[in-house]
Amino acid sequence: MAMSILVRMAPVYGAERLLDITAAHIDSSVYMGPATLQFAEKLAGLGARVRVPSTLNVSGVDEHGWKAWSVDHEWATGAARQMDAYRKMGCIETWTCAPYQTEYRPKFGQQIAAGESNAIAFYNSVIGARTERYPDLLDICAAITGRAPASGLHLDAPRAARIVVRLDHIPLALQEESTFYPVLGHELGIRTGGNVAVITGLDVRPTEDQLKALGAAAASSGQVALFHIEGVTPEAPTLEAATQGLPVERHETVTVSDLKRARQALSTTDEPAIDAILLGSPHFSFDEFRHLADLAKGREKHPDVEVIITCSRTMRDLVERTGHMNVIREFGARITVDTCPLVTPMLPGRVKRIMTNSAKYAYYAPGLLGTSVRFGSLADCVASARSGHYEESEGPWTTA
Amino acid sequence: MDHRVKATCIVAGTATGPLLLSAEPLSFWGGYDPKTGEIIDRRHPLSGQSAAGTVLALPFTRGSSTSTAILLESVRAGFAPSAILSTAVDPFLALASIVARELYDANLPILVITKEQMAGLTTGVIAQIEQDGTLSWG
Repeated sequence: MAMSILVRMAPVYGAERLLDITAAHIDSSVYMGPATLQFAEKLAGLGARVRVPSTLNVSGVDEHGWKAWSVDHEWATGAARQMDAYRKMGCIETWTCAPYQTEYRPKFGQQIAAGESNAIAFYNSVIGARTERYPDLLDICAAITGRAPASGLHLDAPRAARIVVRLDHIPLALQEESTFYPVLGHELGIRTGGNVAVITGLDVRPTEDQLKALGAAAASSGQVALFHIEGVTPEAPTLEAATQGLPVERHETVTVSDLKRARQALSTTDEPAIDAILLGSPHFSFDEFRHLADLAKGREKHPDVEVIITCSRTMRDLVERTGHMNVIREFGARITVDTCPLVTPMLPGRVKRIMTNSAKYAYYAPGLLGTSVRFGSLADCVASARSGHYEESEGPWTTA
Repeated sequence: MDHRVKATCIVAGTATGPLLLSAEPLSFWGGYDPKTGEIIDRRHPLSGQSAAGTVLALPFTRGSSTSTAILLESVRAGFAPSAILSTAVDPFLALASIVARELYDANLPILVITKEQMAGLTTGVIAQIEQDGTLSWG
C-alpha cells in the first residue's frame, strides 16, 4: 500500500524515478480524526515497518497528561490509538515538531523525507539535509519503503535561490531582537510563496532558535521549504553559492516599515485583555526555557491568565533536572508534551484572547482555535502574563 | 454548458458542482473545517463560506503538512469539495485524493488549469468534470 501510493505520487512530483532515503520525520502522527487513524491502523495492520530511522512529530494528545486539560475522552482515545499504530510501525517516539532538537537530527546533504512544515524548512535551510515538502500520509509511505520521488529539493538545481531578498538598513538593535526573526519569516513567506530565496544584508549571526522561528513563520505564511541566508546557512557561504550562479528571477527589498507592518499583521486585535499565553511552537528549546526562567524568576503570573508551554518529553525531563522548571512552575506556567494546542483540543473554553511570541501560533490560532491573537516578545509575554493585559516594552520596534 | 476546456488530470475522476473561486491560496489545516466544509482561515477572502460539494478553484495550497489529512477527513465526513482545480500541480491535494480512493473508494478529481482558464470561471456557476479532464460550465 505504501509503495503503491508512493508510485502514484512520483509523477505528481515530476519524478521519473525514486531515490533512497536514510531517515524520515513523520508528521502523519498528528491525529485529525477517524480518517487519519484508519490510515495508520490499516498500514500497521498490514504489518508495515519503517525501513529507516523515523522520528515522530507531535501527536493529537498529551498521552499521559491529557486529563489535566479539557480534552474529551473520545478524542484522547482516538489520538492514543493512532500513537500506538506509529509505535507498531517502529517509529522513534520523539513526539516533537522540533526533531532537530533531538539526537536524531540529520546531517548536511543527507537524503531524508520529512513532514511538518517547520521541520522541513529547518532541515533544508539550517542543516542542509535534503527533503521535499512532504504532506502527512506520504512521509510514512517514504519511511516504510525507504524511497522518495527523485525530484524537487532532493536534487541540486531546485535548491538554488531564485529570489534575492535584501534587508535594507535594518538597525543592528532590531536584528538582535528575537521577534525580528519570526516577523522576517512571516514577510518572507508572503513575498516569496514557495520559491527559494536568499536573504542578504543580515549583519548578525542568528541563533538556532531564531532560525527556527524564521523558518516556522515562513512555512506558515508561505510554503517555504528552503531559504538561504548569505553568510549564515550552509548552502549560502556567498550569494553566488546560494544562487548556484544561475540568473535570479526577482529582487525584493525589505525595509523597517515593511517589517513593522508584518509584525502588526501577526496580531488580530488591539484589545488589551489576555486569557492565555502560548509558548513553544515549534516546541520550546533548552535555551528558550532558560531565558524564560530568567524572566520569570521570583515572579508570579496573574491568576486569570493561563501560561502554556509546549515541548517534547525529553526536553521537559532535561529542563526538570535543572532548576529552571521549578522557577517556571512557581511562576504558574503549565507544561504540555507530545502535542500542542493547535492539534489537540486542550484549551479551556474561556480562552478567547491569546498572546504568543510564535508567528506560527499567531498565524494559525484565529482559524484553529477561534481566538484573537497578540504577538510580542518572550519578555512582553511574561510581563503580560503578570499583569493580565497586553504589555509592550520600549525596544527596537518602537524606536527603529 | 456554454464553456468547455481541457484540464490536466492529476487525479482523474468525475464531478459536478457549483464553482467556488479563490484568488488566494489556502491552507486546509487551519483554513478548512472538515466537519462542515467551512473555510475558517480568518485572513482568507472566502472566510465563512462553505466549500463542501463545490468545484473549488484555487492557485495552490500553502502552509502546513497537515493539509492532506484535513482534506482526507473532509472526504470521510462528506464535506469535501466535489473536485479541486489549481493553477499549479499540488501534491498535497493529489495525495488526499489518492488515499481517499485507497481507503474509501472515493472520487475526488484533482485538475490543473492555466491562470487564463481560471480567469474565465465564475463563482456559483455549475461546472462538470469528465474522466478525461474535460471541464465544462455555464
